[in-house]
Amino acid sequence: MRTIFFIPLALFLFFAGLAGYMLTQEKNQTVASAMIDKALPEFDLEPAYDGLPGASRADFIGGEPKLLNIWASWCLPCIAEAPQLEALKEEGVEIIGIAIRDTPEDVTNFLDRHGNPYTRIGADDISALQIEIGAAGVPETFVIDGEGSIRYQHIGDIRENDVPKLLQVLEDVR
Amino acid sequence: MRWVLAFLLAVLGASAAAQDALPPAPYAYKQLDDPVLEAEATALMETLRCLRCQSQSINDSDAPMAGDMRHQVRSRILAGEEPKEVRAWLIERYGDYVSYQPEVSSTTWPLFAVPIALVLIVLLVLLRRLGLRRKTGDS
Repeated sequence: MRTIFFIPLALFLFFAGLAGYMLTQEKNQTVASAMIDKALPEFDLEPAYDGLPGASRADFIGGEPKLLNIWASWCLPCIAEAPQLEALKEEGVEIIGIAIRDTPEDVTNFLDRHGNPYTRIGADDISALQIEIGAAGVPETFVIDGEGSIRYQHIGDIRENDVPKLLQVLEDVR
Repeated sequence: MRWVLAFLLAVLGASAAAQDALPPAPYAYKQLDDPVLEAEATALMETLRCLRCQSQSINDSDAPMAGDMRHQVRSRILAGEEPKEVRAWLIERYGDYVSYQPEVSSTTWPLFAVPIALVLIVLLVLLRRLGLRRKTGDS
């Protein structure tokens, strides 16, 4: 038999093996934003409740890098993330919240129960800013530098071991 | 329909409570008045991926975010943008991932190159075989 006849069999085994291997791997369903290192788009959102001002692009310009936190009162992982946002705030980080599809009453209740790490919260009733910056889910956190560029994206809730990484990025982009 | 909805809400009470309380975006479920524009928007929405429910198009999905994306598509088409501009706008934000219609780019070119290469290889093999047979037939 000529070895060339074994090439299709070898190819088949390779792809079968690859498929089998991929089945054992954890499925990564996150969609990364393609907006990293691009300018934060222009936006101007109304306050999400009457306790804090709303948010606009201008609020990120000048000064230290800030966090833009996409969250919602109806989002369960956002509750898990609240202590870490509080810890970041205590480190002196300014966190500007964007409340996705939320009501003022729900926002007030959430902040009363889980703490308020924000300096501003803009209301994004139709996920317009969320789509504009390429965030696929809630919560997501973006690092915005003092010139208004998007420098880093954290997908999902911030766990305790994510806090040093975020502080490092905030330091790096100063 | 209303009974089915009431039943589902009763059964799925817990998960329904985890949804947001806001009404859908204006153009999430409302068609554009101009049937030509609506047809353009629908054709586009069928080829855009829902990011929360990744095996559905935003046209098929009832996820709130898919509704918000439909609102973006319809309002941009209504404002006079071409469907390909709206697609490019979304790809700029989410990468090729958001589009079910592959475009040639640095990551997708093999999709287009491999079939052409395969056809060329098959043609080459066929020509050689047929050529060989004719030669042996002649001799």
